[in-house]
Amino acid sequence: MSATQTPVQAFHRRVHDAIHDARIRANFRSAMDGLMSKRRTAFADWDLERLRELGAAIRQRALTRLPDLLEELERNCQANGIRVHWAETDEEACHIILDICRAHDARQVIKGKSMVSEEMELNHFLQQHGIQALESDLGEYIVQLAGETPSHIIMPAIHKNTGEISELMHEKTGTEPSRDVDYLTAAARSQLRERFMQADVGISGVNFAVAETGTLCLVENEGNGRLTTTVPPVHIAVTGIEKVVERLEDVAPLLSLLTRSATGQHITTYFNMISGPRRDGELDGPQEVHLVLVDSGRSGIYQDDELLETLRCIRCGACMNHCPVYTRVGGHAYGTTYPGPIGKILMPHLLGLEATSELPSASTLCGACGDVCPVKIPIPRLLVRLRREAVEGDGQHPGMVAGHGVKRRRWEVAIWRLWSWLHARPGLYRAGIAAATRFRWLQPRRLGAWTRYRTAPRLAPRSLHALMKARASGGNPR
Amino acid sequence: MSGSRERILARLRGRRTPPPPPPASDMRPFAAHEWTQEERVERFRSAIESVHGEVHRVAHDGWITCLLERLQARGITNLLAPADTALGRELRHAWPADGPELLRYDRPIEDWKPELFHQVQAGLTAARGGIAETGSLILWPGPGEPRLASLVPPVHIAVLDADQLHTTLLEAMRAQHWARGMPTNALLISGPSKTADIEQTLAYGVHGPRELIVLVRE
Repeated sequence: MSATQTPVQAFHRRVHDAIHDARIRANFRSAMDGLMSKRRTAFADWDLERLRELGAAIRQRALTRLPDLLEELERNCQANGIRVHWAETDEEACHIILDICRAHDARQVIKGKSMVSEEMELNHFLQQHGIQALESDLGEYIVQLAGETPSHIIMPAIHKNTGEISELMHEKTGTEPSRDVDYLTAAARSQLRERFMQADVGISGVNFAVAETGTLCLVENEGNGRLTTTVPPVHIAVTGIEKVVERLEDVAPLLSLLTRSATGQHITTYFNMISGPRRDGELDGPQEVHLVLVDSGRSGIYQDDELLETLRCIRCGACMNHCPVYTRVGGHAYGTTYPGPIGKILMPHLLGLEATSELPSASTLCGACGDVCPVKIPIPRLLVRLRREAVEGDGQHPGMVAGHGVKRRRWEVAIWRLWSWLHARPGLYRAGIAAATRFRWLQPRRLGAWTRYRTAPRLAPRSLHALMKARASGGNPR
Repeated sequence: MSGSRERILARLRGRRTPPPPPPASDMRPFAAHEWTQEERVERFRSAIESVHGEVHRVAHDGWITCLLERLQARGITNLLAPADTALGRELRHAWPADGPELLRYDRPIEDWKPELFHQVQAGLTAARGGIAETGSLILWPGPGEPRLASLVPPVHIAVLDADQLHTTLLEAMRAQHWARGMPTNALLISGPSKTADIEQTLAYGVHGPRELIVLVRE
């Protein structure tokens, strides 16, 4: 990629490369087909519509009371012995974590899966400050070995097949080349076990933070999340401020929706509820637990009733698995931390539309993402909203998102003004149409990007008005 | 830092109008099925077995025999087991002299990390309850049964009383009054450790136990 590429050009280049990469196409196709059918089976005995309404209501209730619940969460966490930190930006969150690590002379950090830490580029930041951060989720570990980023929020290494992973592990860790998944998994287990024992600090994400009891909930299958939050003497949990829920009971339906939507499991192997550091008499668990609450653009989205719905997201990934665009181009083509439909509405909020102006357009608006979302985020409607914001909309709909109006072109605006002016003047309109149909052979056959994959629309020889008039007078409409 | 806290909260409270209120949370679509205890046990068993776990229904006085058989079948020669809990005392009282060596978790993790990670072959814990619908064990680790006993050894054996088997997570939370006070760590365990991160192929024992064996006492 050359340094002179604009974000738009870089995006188109990535999409082009992904579409023409047969291996990526095949890896995503088979994985997404599997995940879609597993989800369908997992909800077979449920009144899914009512369950989704419940999920949406619980998340919306939490957002309605967000500032109060954050204070309640802080109060109850502190009462439980958890130290709570607030960060306005990714950078501030990174520094808070660095300070905690330095206070313990930490050299090695072990990490459970956390998408917020990917947003913050925390690993890179810690590396720069002399602290090695090792990912322990198998998929994240593979992606880290490859020097890449996750291509799916639940299945980070889904873009690679067994052969590629075998080669990578052979090259970086000295395992034997093998297509035996049990062998590769066992090799990673023994490599990481040593690291768990040595780690000075464990860093994890949070799936739900319960205000009522000051409890941090983690959902996982591997056990790396439990090791990360139990073995090292210090545990730092990092999360976006929107992850809070009001009551402990709220967690039950959300957990059920999350695991079924994500991987079609009734429940994951481990559901880990942390409400404090090791107490007197306990023999394991961290001596310190920290919670870092990250805003990083979320309170901005919170100002708008429509955009706010994005914050209901529980990060299941179902919208990706069902997206006809994502399943073809994969996660890396988007070039953002969160790919797929949720990424297309979340990233413009977090980064602004200058860097992400193409994302809301990279959609067919087929509606599948909205139909499967377990908390009923109206993703298609929000995509349309962001497209409007990108060209500034009109006086009635002022832009809210940072970078709004970035795609506004003066000549486009002029054309639409002319169009609207013409349509308000029947005489001129008829004359214009008559001229357009008569001289339709002058119409260009190429219309920029539009005709790259499509034929140009052609004006009809006679206008609808003319046809209707002919029909009313009994003449031949043709 | 406190400045950030105040600014974030001020921005959230700075909305012109409060966010639109949601409809009431109707928990009914998620509420309990009417299952008898027999149905709950069978549902629990099939859920655990579907994820590669083992369930054995045993009489109250038969669990130690069953446990010994399972350990012998695997050639396991040591077992990390609680000492000062009801379960631990019952076990140690009845344990045969030639049975696998019983280990104690009697010092802080820092004092025996390598031993726990490399030498312990199996861990035994009680379960505080179970959830039939999803095949989940409820564990509240504490001084008698530390957190890592159910995680680090390659085999985890849990003892569950059938009358502590609830229908759903929601029912269990309500019946056991979780919201009144949570322990430092509470867990649901629903099978052995697993991953599908390599090309969607299931592999067991990636970080936690490769095997989960549940003895249901009736």
